[in-house]
Amino acid sequence: MARRIIAAADGAHADHALLEVEDLRTHFLTPAGRVRAVDGVSFELARGRTLGIVGESGSGKTVLARSIMGLLPRSNVQRTGAIRYSGNDISDYSQAEMRSVWGPEMAMVFQDPMTSLNPVMRIGTQITESLRYHLDMSKAEANELAVSLLRSVGIPEPDKRLRDYPHQLSGGMRQRVVIAIALACGPKLLFADEPTTALDVTVQAQILNLLDTQQRERFMAMVLVTHDLGVIAGRAHDIAVMYAGRIVEKASARTLFSSMRMPYTEALLESIPKLEHRSHTRLASIPGRPPDLINPPAGCKFAPRCRYVQPRCLEEEPPLTPGVDEGHVYRCFYPVGTEAGREALARNLAEGRVPVADEVETGVVVGGPAPGADLDEGSW
Amino acid sequence: MAGSGTAHLRDRDDIVLRVEDLTVEFPAGRGRKVHAVSGVSFDVARGETLGIVGESGCGKSTTGKAIMRLVPVAGGTVTFDGKDITSLSSSEMRRLRPDLQMIFQDPVSSINPRRRIGDVVAEPLDIWGRREEADAVVDRVLDDVGLDPAVARTKRRHEFSGGQCQRICIARALVLDPDVIICDEPVSALDVSVQAQILNLLEDMKERYGLTLVFIAHDLAVVKNVSDRVAVMYLGKICEIASPDELYHRPSHPYTAALLSAIPLPDPTVVPDTVALPGDLPSPLDPPSGCRFRTRCPRAADRCTTEEPTVREIAPDHFVACHFPLVGEQAPPSGATPVEVGSRT
Repeated sequence: MARRIIAAADGAHADHALLEVEDLRTHFLTPAGRVRAVDGVSFELARGRTLGIVGESGSGKTVLARSIMGLLPRSNVQRTGAIRYSGNDISDYSQAEMRSVWGPEMAMVFQDPMTSLNPVMRIGTQITESLRYHLDMSKAEANELAVSLLRSVGIPEPDKRLRDYPHQLSGGMRQRVVIAIALACGPKLLFADEPTTALDVTVQAQILNLLDTQQRERFMAMVLVTHDLGVIAGRAHDIAVMYAGRIVEKASARTLFSSMRMPYTEALLESIPKLEHRSHTRLASIPGRPPDLINPPAGCKFAPRCRYVQPRCLEEEPPLTPGVDEGHVYRCFYPVGTEAGREALARNLAEGRVPVADEVETGVVVGGPAPGADLDEGSW
Repeated sequence: MAGSGTAHLRDRDDIVLRVEDLTVEFPAGRGRKVHAVSGVSFDVARGETLGIVGESGCGKSTTGKAIMRLVPVAGGTVTFDGKDITSLSSSEMRRLRPDLQMIFQDPVSSINPRRRIGDVVAEPLDIWGRREEADAVVDRVLDDVGLDPAVARTKRRHEFSGGQCQRICIARALVLDPDVIICDEPVSALDVSVQAQILNLLEDMKERYGLTLVFIAHDLAVVKNVSDRVAVMYLGKICEIASPDELYHRPSHPYTAALLSAIPLPDPTVVPDTVALPGDLPSPLDPPSGCRFRTRCPRAADRCTTEEPTVREIAPDHFVACHFPLVGEQAPPSGATPVEVGSRT
C-alpha cells in the first residue's frame, strides 16, 4: 500500500486547496459511441467548505463524484485530467493505492440507504470494519468508537443498535448509519451523493442538519450532490451547476441566487413549485430533455432548451466567463439579468421562437441507449 | 393528531367520492395488526383535486389503494357516484373501474417492458371490447399527453425517459375517459424540471377530460400547487383539512407546521429551520394512545395521551384534529413539555 497521504492538517499545504480538480473528463466507451459523462470539469475545494453540485439526472454530477473517488467501473472507461488531493496527484492511483485514501481521507454517503448497507451484516460490524482495517483498532476499541459515532449521528440507544441488522431500522436511521460509516475514519473530504433523495421531507431536514453539524465540527470539506436547488441553498458555501457533463455556472451560494447569469440555473430554480404561489399556478418547466452525451449539440449544450437562445449559441460554445463577483463564472453569451440577455429574450419573444414548455416533447422519442439524440432540433 | 370524526364532510350534490371512517389493517403475524389506515374520512367534489400529504408510512398510498379496492378494506365506506363500493363483488368492481383509474409512483416499473406502448395504452379499450376504435383513441390520447403517436406506438418502455414513461401511464389512465383518477406520488420519482412538466400536464388533462383527482404526495409544495383542498395525514389518521392557501398561511396542526418548516427553500439567505420534527414515525403495529402525533408533538399534554382529538372546524372550511391547535381559540397548554422521543423502529 504504497503512497500514504498526509493531509494538510498542520497547514503545511496552506497554499493548496484540499482538493483540486483540473479538466477532468470521464468518458464511457459504449457500443453506441463515446458517452461524455464528465467533460472538462475544474474546481477547487478547501477544508471547511461545502460545494454543492446541482443538475438534472444525466448531467454527470454523480459520475463526477465517483470519478474523484476512483469508484468507476474497471473497463470501458476513460478518465483524464488531474485530481490533486492535498497536493498529491491521485488521478493515476491504482485501486490498491486508493484503498488508503478511502476512509481516512475521503468517504462517500450514497443515495439509497436501503441498498448501500449490507443486509446480512450487523450495523456494528459494518461500522467497525473500516476502523479495524484503516486505524488498526482492536475489536473493543472499534466497538466503543462505533457507539460514540452512532450517538453523534443521533441514533438512540447506540449500544443496542450495534447488534441490529439494517432491516430493523427506518430509512432515516439507515441513512444515519451510512453517514456514521462514512465518518468513521475521520475523513477530510466527504461526498454526499443525493443523500436525502430517498427520504421524506421531515427526515431530509434532519439528515441535512446532521451533515451540516458534522461538517462544521470536523472541519471537513464536503461535496453535496443533488438535483434540488432548495436542498443546498442554505447548506453550501459554493454551488456548481452542471449540465451535459460540464460546469455551466459556479458561484458562492448567495451570488448564485441573487445574480444568476446562466439561463439553465434560472430555469432550474423556476421549475420548483413554490409554497408562496397560489395553488394552480402554472409551473415554468424546462422544455425538452438533456442532450445526448454521445453526440452533444455543437455550440452551447443548453441552447435547444433555452429561452435566450440566439443563432450564435448554436454554433459556438460559450467559454466560462467571469462574473462581477469573485469566483463567479458562467457559460453564456446572453446572460440572465444583463442587457444582452434581455435583448436576446425580447428578440425571441418578438419572433415567436421560444421553445414552449409541454408542446416540445411531441415528436420526441429517445432512440435506444443514446438518450435524446434527435429531439431538441424539433423544438427550435 | 389525529383524529377521527366526520365534521369536515360536506353535504353537497356534486360529491363524487366520499370516504367515511375508512379502516385498513394488515395482519402482521402472532395476532398483531398493522393499523395502516384508521378511520379516515374525506370527500371530493366533481372537478376538484384533493391532495393527500404525509410522510412515508402515514397510510396515504394505502388510502388510495383502498379506494380502488386494491387492498382489503377492514371497515368504513367508500361511496363513489352514490354507491358504496366496499361491498361490491369483484366483477361489479371491475365494471366500475373504467370510471376510477390510478396512476402509480414508479412510471417505469408500471409499464410492461416487453409490450409496445401502443398496446399498453390500448389494453383497457381491448378489455372493454372497443378494439375497432382503439387506434384512433390511442393516437388522440398519446397526442394529448405530449407524445408523438406515430413514433411512440411501436416503441417499448426502455426507449423512454422517466418523465415520458409517466406521460404514457397518464395516457393509459385517460384512455377510458374516467371520472376520477387517483395519482399515487406521480412525480416523486422524477427530477424537478420534469416534475414541473408532468404537473402542468396533469392540470391540462384535468381540464380537457373533466377529471376529479386525488393527488397523493409527500411534498407539500407540490400538493399545494395542484390541489383545491389538502388533507394532511399522520399514521393512518387525518390531521388537518383545508384549502391549500389557508393551510400554508395558517397551519393549525403542529404536524402541518412541522411539515411546512421542513421544506427546503431555494434561498440561501433563509437559515434552514432547526426545529425540524424529532424522531421517526412510531410503529403502526402499536400506535400511541390518544393522539397519534403526541410522541413527536412539541405541544403534547396529558390530555393528548388519554383522549383522541376529533376533527372540528376552527375557521370556515378549515378542519383540524388537535386539542391544542396553533390557530384558534385554544391557548397552548402552559407547562407542557415535549415528550422525549425515542426511535421505535
